Amino acid sequence: MALPPPDPEFVLRGTSAAVHTLQFSCGGQEPDFPILFSGSENGFVHVWNLKTRRVITALDGHGRKSVYWVETMDAKDRLLSQGRDQRICLWDLAEGRTSVTDSIFTENVGFCRCSLLKVAQGRWLMAMAAKSLEEVQVLELPSKTSVCTLKPEVGAKLGMPMCLKLWQLDSGSQPWLLAGYEDGSVILWNLSMGKALSQLVCHQEPVMSLDFDSEKAKGISGSSEKVLSIWSLNEQQNLQVHKIHKLVNSGISDITIRSDKKILATAGWDHRIRIFGWKKMKPLAVLDYHTATVHCVSFSDHRNPSERVLAAGSKDHRISIWSIYTET
Amino acid sequence: VCFAPGGLDCSISFVSHVLGKVCVHGRQKEILSVLVPHLTELTKSDCIWQRICWRLLECVPDRWMEAVVLGFVQRASGADVLSRLLGNLVVKNKKAQFVVTQKLLLLQYGYTTAVLQNVLGYLSLDSLRRALLIKVLQELLETWGSSSAVKHSPAEQQQYISKAILICLSHLKEPEIESCRQELLASMMAGVKCHLDSSLPQIRRLGMIVAESVSLKINTDGPVLKFQCEEDNETRELKSLLVQTPPCRVVPSLPDDDRNERADAALPVVLESNEKPHAAACVTPDEQSDAELDSDDDLIPYDMSEDKELKTTKAPVYIRDCIEVLTGSDDVDKWDATIKALESLIRKNPAATREVSVELAKILLHLEEKTCIEGFAELRQRAQVAVLTTDPIPVAQYLTSQFYSLNYSLRQRMDVLDVLVLAAQEMSYPKTRGKNKNSSAQKPCIQLLPGGDSSKDWRRIVDERIKSKTRRFAKGQSQVEQDSGPNEFNSIAGHFFFPLIQKFDRPLSTFDLLGEDHFVLGRLVHTLAVLMYLAVNAMAVTAMGKALLEFVWALRFHTDSYVRQGLLSCVSSILLGVPTEHLLEDMTEELLETQSWLADVVEKDPDGDCRRLALQNLLLMENLKKKLETVPS
Repeated sequence: MALPPPDPEFVLRGTSAAVHTLQFSCGGQEPDFPILFSGSENGFVHVWNLKTRRVITALDGHGRKSVYWVETMDAKDRLLSQGRDQRICLWDLAEGRTSVTDSIFTENVGFCRCSLLKVAQGRWLMAMAAKSLEEVQVLELPSKTSVCTLKPEVGAKLGMPMCLKLWQLDSGSQPWLLAGYEDGSVILWNLSMGKALSQLVCHQEPVMSLDFDSEKAKGISGSSEKVLSIWSLNEQQNLQVHKIHKLVNSGISDITIRSDKKILATAGWDHRIRIFGWKKMKPLAVLDYHTATVHCVSFSDHRNPSERVLAAGSKDHRISIWSIYTET
Repeated sequence: VCFAPGGLDCSISFVSHVLGKVCVHGRQKEILSVLVPHLTELTKSDCIWQRICWRLLECVPDRWMEAVVLGFVQRASGADVLSRLLGNLVVKNKKAQFVVTQKLLLLQYGYTTAVLQNVLGYLSLDSLRRALLIKVLQELLETWGSSSAVKHSPAEQQQYISKAILICLSHLKEPEIESCRQELLASMMAGVKCHLDSSLPQIRRLGMIVAESVSLKINTDGPVLKFQCEEDNETRELKSLLVQTPPCRVVPSLPDDDRNERADAALPVVLESNEKPHAAACVTPDEQSDAELDSDDDLIPYDMSEDKELKTTKAPVYIRDCIEVLTGSDDVDKWDATIKALESLIRKNPAATREVSVELAKILLHLEEKTCIEGFAELRQRAQVAVLTTDPIPVAQYLTSQFYSLNYSLRQRMDVLDVLVLAAQEMSYPKTRGKNKNSSAQKPCIQLLPGGDSSKDWRRIVDERIKSKTRRFAKGQSQVEQDSGPNEFNSIAGHFFFPLIQKFDRPLSTFDLLGEDHFVLGRLVHTLAVLMYLAVNAMAVTAMGKALLEFVWALRFHTDSYVRQGLLSCVSSILLGVPTEHLLEDMTEELLETQSWLADVVEKDPDGDCRRLALQNLLLMENLKKKLETVPS
C-alpha cells in the first residue's frame, strides 16, 4: 500500500509576488541558522531564517524588476542576484550589511539564468547569456574578466540560450559548459578552446531547464513538452540520448538533482513537484500543494542528511518546504 | 492404357470418345484421378506425349467437351500443368473456349480459388491465349459493374467474380493494360458506384477492394483510388490474389516422385520457405534482457494515483447551464467539458432533466461537432439515450416526429433510430442500470427517500432493531437477492413503435423511404424488429404485432436484400414476442399467408442470409404450433 504523498513541512508566505528563484545556505555551524534566499517578481531578494521561518531582510537592488537568479558565493556572506534590469549584482551580506558591492551590466534581455562554478579558492567562473542573441559569455569572478565567448557556428539557428550549467569533474580539472537552447538542443562547450564539442537535439520545444551529474556523466533536461529527456556523455565527449520519460502534463520550469545524486525534483507548469529516483528515473512522488505554476525547486545543503529539505517557489507567491527521502 | 511411343498418327479418337462418354456420365473423378497424374508425368518433358494429350482432347466430341474440360481444369495441379495438358485447346475449339471463358467464370461460381488461379494462369501462359485473357477481363468487369448483377446475384457469386478479376489483373502485363486502359477505367467507375450503393457491407467491401486494385494497376504513376475499408480475413485474402507468386514456374524442377493430386501443390513449398525466416526473426527480441539490477529499492515511492491531467475548465453542474453552453457559448473548452459531463448530469438529475427534456433532445439532435474531441458521436448518443430514458414519452414523441420531417440528413434519421433502440434496451433490462430504487433500501445510512417509500423505512428500522436484539448462534450464508426492477419499457413501447410505423409510405421531398432511401428503410425495419422483441409482455404487444405483420406484408417483395433481412427478423420478433394464443386467435390468416411466403423465400431468394432467416421463422412457427398442441386447452 503506497502512502499518500506528504504535506509540506511549512510554507513561507510574505513575498507578495511570484517566486522565481531559490537558494539555500544551510551549511553554517551553530549559532548560525539555516538561510534561504528567494528572488521574486517584484525585484526583491528575500532572506529567510529557516528556524524562525521569517524574513530577515529584503534586498532591493534591481529597480523593482523581476529577480530570476540568486546564488551564494561564499556561503551566506556574498550573494549574486540577476534581474530583468539587465544587471547582475554582487551583495555583501556579512555582519548584517546589505549593500551592493559590485554589478555587471549584461545588456541581455533574455531569461537565461547564469551558472556559477568555484574553480579555486576566491575564483569563480560565471556563464551568462551575452548581449548578442545566441552567445554565451563566461566571466571570471571577482575580476570580471571575460574568459571566453561561446558563439555557435553561423547558421546554426539555435535561438537564445535558455539554461546553462558549468561543471567540472573534480576541482582542479577542466571546466565545461552545458547550454540548452531555444531550438531544443543541448550543447557541450569546451571553455579553453571555445568550441562546441557535441550537440544533441533533446526536445522539439525550447529547453527550459537542465541539470547534470558529473560523476555519472548523465544529465536531464525539461522543456515545455510532455517529456523529460535523459542524456549521457560518453568517453568521446559525445552527448547521447539515454532515455525519454513521459509526463502526465506538459511543461517543466526547473529541474534539480540532489547533491547526493539519489533523487531529483522537477517543477512543473501543472502546479506539481515531481520527485524521481535519479538512477533509473523511477517516479517516486508527486507533491501537490501549489495553486499556480511552480517556477523553481532547490535542495538544501544541510550537513546533517536528516535535516535536508526541498524548497519550491511558485507563481502563487508561496514557497513550500518539504522534507522528503531524508533517511538515506 | 499404354501407347506405342513411335507412331504419331495412331488413332486416339477412340480414346477421346471413351473419355468423353465416361466424363459426361459423371465419372470424371474416377477416370481423371488416374489419367491426369499419368499425363502430368508423361508430358513433363516429352513433347510427343504433350501432342498426344492435346490430340486426345481435341478429338473429344463437342457434346462431351464441357464435362472433360471441367474435369481437367479441376484436377490439374497448376496453371502450367493445365497448359501442358490442354495446349491451345481453347483457341482451337469453340466449345472449349466457351466453357473456359464464359461458363466457368460467369455462369458458375462454385469452384475454388485454386481452380480460378489455374484457369487464368493457363490463359496467361501462351501468347495466343493472352488475347482471350484480356477479353475475359473485360467481360468480368462488365458483369461486376452491372447494377442489376450487384443487386440480384448472390454474394458468393459476386465474390467469385471479384476474385477472378483480381487474378486476371495480376497476370496482365504493362503493354496489355496500356491498350485497354480506358475501358477498364470506365467499367471500374460504373461498377464501383453500384457496389457502394448496396446496403450490404460485404458487397461494399468487395467493390472497394476491386476498385482499388484496378486503379492501382492502371495508374502506375499519379494518384490511385484508396478507400478506407476495415481489414479482415476476406479482404486480406482478396488482396493477396493480386500478387502472383511464381511457384508455378518452379514445378517442372521438382523431383519426379512428387506426385501431388492437390491443386495447390506448389504453394506449400513457397509457404515453408517463408516460415523459416519468420521464425528466425522471432528469436532476437527475446534476447534483450535487463542485466542491470534495480538497486534503488531503498526509495519507496509514494502513492501517485492522484496525478492526472490538469483540467483547466470546470464542467457546468446544472442541466440548464449545459443547455446554455451548448446553444450559445463560444468558449470551446467549456463546450468540450459540457459534452463530456452531460450524460452523467442527466442521469443524476432526472427531475431537472424532465423539465427541459424536449429542448435538450432537440439540441442534441442538431448538435454538430465543434471541436475534435474523441468519441463525440458516442458521447452525443449516450446523452440522447439518457434524456430519452429519463423522460420517455415526450422525447419519444419528439424524436419519432422528427424522423419523418423535412430537411434532416440520413445520418440524423438513423441516429434517431439508434437512440430509440438503445433506450428501449436499457429500459427493458433494469439490472444493467446502476441506479435502482430498491438498492437504496439495503444501504445502512439513512437517506431521504421519496414519500411513497416511507413504508420501507419503518420496516427497515424495525428489522434492524430485531436484528440487534436477537442473538445469532450461527450465521448462515447470506443470499444476495437479485435486484429486480419493473420493466419500464412496457408502458411506453407503443409510444416508440407506432409513430415510426405510421408514415413510412408517405414520401417527402427530401426523404423517400420507399424510393432512394432504401438504406434507411432497412434500418427502420431492423429497428422495428428490435422494438417488437423488447416489447414482450407489454400490454400493447398484440396490437404492435398485428401492425408489424401488415407492414411486413406490404414490403415483402422489396429488392434490397438488407430490407428483406430486416423484414424476416421482424417476423421472428413477432413470433417470439406476441403470446402464442393471441397469435393464433387474432392473426390466423395472416400467419398462414406469411408461412407460404416464407416457404417461397427459402427456395427462391438469392441472398443466403434471407433464406436462413426464413427457414428459422418456419421452424419457429412449427415449434409454436407444437407447443400449443401439447398444452391441454
